[in-house]
Amino acid sequence: MALLQIAEPGMSTAPHQHRLAVGIDLGTTNSLVATVRSGMSVVLHDENGRGLLPSVVRYHEDGSADVGYSAQAMQSRDPLNTIVSVKRFMGRGLRDLPEAGSMPYQFVDAPGMLQLKTGAGAKSPVEVSAEILKVLRDRAEKALGGDLVGAVITVPAYFDDAQRQATKDAARLAGLNVLRLLNEPTAAAVAYGLDNAAEGVYAVYDLGGGTFDISILRLSKGVFEVLATNGDSALGGDDFDHRIYCWILEQAKLAGMKPQDARLLLTRAREAKEDLTFHPEVRITAVLDAGEMVDLTLTAETFIDITSGLVNKTLAPTRKALRDAGLAVEDVKGVVMVGGATRMPQVQHAVGRFFRQEPLNNLDPDKVVALGAAIQANVLAGNRSDDDWLLLDVIPLSLGLETMGGLVEKVIQRNSTLPVARAQEFTTYKDGQTAMSIHVVQGERELVSDCRSLAKFELRGIPPMVAGGARIRVTFQVDADGLLSVGAREKSSGVEASVVVKPSYGLSDDEITRMLLTSQENAKDDMAARALREQQVEAGRLIEAIEAALAENGDSLLSTAERAEIDDGMAALRRALEGSNHPLIKEQVESLNHISEMFAARRMNQSVQKALTGHKLEELET
Amino acid sequence: MNFDFSKNHFELFGIPPLYQIDAIQLEQAYRDIQSQVHPDKFSHLSDAERRLSMQWSTQANEAYQTLRQPLGRARYLLHLNGVELHEETNTAMSPAFLMQQMEWREAIGEARAAKDVPELEHLSGQLRADIQAQQDQLADLLDKDKNYPKAAEIVRELKFMGKLREEINVALEALDA
Repeated sequence: MALLQIAEPGMSTAPHQHRLAVGIDLGTTNSLVATVRSGMSVVLHDENGRGLLPSVVRYHEDGSADVGYSAQAMQSRDPLNTIVSVKRFMGRGLRDLPEAGSMPYQFVDAPGMLQLKTGAGAKSPVEVSAEILKVLRDRAEKALGGDLVGAVITVPAYFDDAQRQATKDAARLAGLNVLRLLNEPTAAAVAYGLDNAAEGVYAVYDLGGGTFDISILRLSKGVFEVLATNGDSALGGDDFDHRIYCWILEQAKLAGMKPQDARLLLTRAREAKEDLTFHPEVRITAVLDAGEMVDLTLTAETFIDITSGLVNKTLAPTRKALRDAGLAVEDVKGVVMVGGATRMPQVQHAVGRFFRQEPLNNLDPDKVVALGAAIQANVLAGNRSDDDWLLLDVIPLSLGLETMGGLVEKVIQRNSTLPVARAQEFTTYKDGQTAMSIHVVQGERELVSDCRSLAKFELRGIPPMVAGGARIRVTFQVDADGLLSVGAREKSSGVEASVVVKPSYGLSDDEITRMLLTSQENAKDDMAARALREQQVEAGRLIEAIEAALAENGDSLLSTAERAEIDDGMAALRRALEGSNHPLIKEQVESLNHISEMFAARRMNQSVQKALTGHKLEELET
Repeated sequence: MNFDFSKNHFELFGIPPLYQIDAIQLEQAYRDIQSQVHPDKFSHLSDAERRLSMQWSTQANEAYQTLRQPLGRARYLLHLNGVELHEETNTAMSPAFLMQQMEWREAIGEARAAKDVPELEHLSGQLRADIQAQQDQLADLLDKDKNYPKAAEIVRELKFMGKLREEINVALEALDA
């Protein structure tokens, strides 16, 4: 292995300061922020020493918001303005939520994503999530004593493109630089795997508050390779609460619940679920708004009975993931349990029976995701860690195109390793046709109407030709965050047109800016100062990166003239940094990026060469 | 220093252009390259390096996925040797092979209708053995005989057999749900 330890690209041996980066688990029920301090991943606490932040946001008439325990305490009294489990609404329209009718909210259907009506106006799930992220960002900046370089935000592995994009938008809205969206089970595997020096095939069973993921990973020699992932992005601990809630209504013969009563009983249901982990039965009592009393006893047996369907619902995706990985139950060396809902004994038993082994519970299922995300954030921020490891993750759901008759043609198969790209060629089917529409969907079903629509766009300006004459090459690129971008290029008779399409549900930069401006807290913030600071950080990062690269192989890879050009670009950026003109800094950053492109390309080529050379030498040795 | 995207997949991983490859060597080379070019190694660097990293990493994934699958590897070798398969348009098959295909389809259809999971799994095993035999033949045709037209025929047949396997998997999945 020693021969493979060649210098990493862009990593200088010169000492640099520790860059502040965090991992954030933006959960359905609770959220956490963690960071790596003196080589250890730790959860950051609030001033009262609490690590968990309930993912609850309560809006006031004046537009301000409470987040966390204080908001949670008010959820039964002020249910319409207190948003819980907002993660379930991320990237979702009203028609995606069959259970919307029994939720104590007033929904507004908006194009792309629903909104929630509150005393402070209609709020999108992105805005609500941003409130949670802001609190965590503040907590981290206070604890670490400086601005964050960036954050790794975790998402359920089975989140589709719309849900991922919404999460990234929320982070941007909260003023966080997203280093990576990391899949929750993968984050858990990193924390578990590095801690236990695990090798072999592991399953991560992650049942959170609102989502279920199963990932099958192979851990070998520092590589975490996700072989397959599956899940249900609308199945979690909340559903167990909901079953108990329905049981209460049935037993107490209640109907037509007021929002505050519904919220109160859902809270009682959650408490009952948690107590049943340790007790054979629990008493559920509540006084409703109109003075009605609820007093019931729920036994563990009944609880298991009314939720067995939910437990079974997690096993079908588990089987599918194993099959996609081409593995059998016997191949799985360990099953890592993640998410608070895996504390329920019936879940433990079902998973143990399925995998024919005791699940691994030697880590805190609430914290492991944030801890793993922090480890990844530390590496992505460029804080060199001695143990060199690599994460290879996959896209959870296939991407396809609408073809004739509303059918889907798959372009990128689920479980393809990221990043992945595929190009597809299209042609016109009518003489003189100058436009063509393309519809991108995500999902495994054959009919377009059963899949999630990601983007619809039209290619215009195709030169008029006979049918079949034009050749349009459409490229689908999915990046390491699992996010899609589509480019189209028309190549014929010398005419070339290209478009880059952002999926329709994502927020444009303008929308983000508008949301920032209208948001109460940020209106007070000096936006210009913030923009300047961000540009300064970005510029500093770039200069540092290029300096390190130059020190490493500037002499061997650049001619004197090329070197001078880069030096000039850096000098220009440094001059811009002396002032406070942030558009100028931005311009110089872009210019330097452009100038250094060819240097970057050569360095990359050299790295690849070295990887192969090291490999061959190693073979000679053995 | 002319290492660029024009290298073919075998060259990218530094392995000989053969159907029969050392899977462990391929995997190791893939991992070595990814640990150099993966976007995670570049997220703190300049836009240019991040963009290049994504392109390289994408390319390495594409090359690896192509070469690790026997059928993908065979298609790619044929392509390198100037034989294009035109799988979408060229569907000419021997009558004996077509006959066999129909029998397979019937057997799968019956097992599916009867919700007979053990039978589906049995068929799956049988199919796997058939596919293996074809692949052994393919190895000789590509690596020893260099009989590319005949190899192309086998590849087309294997594609059909792959569809049967897919059909069995879909049926098994449907019975899971």
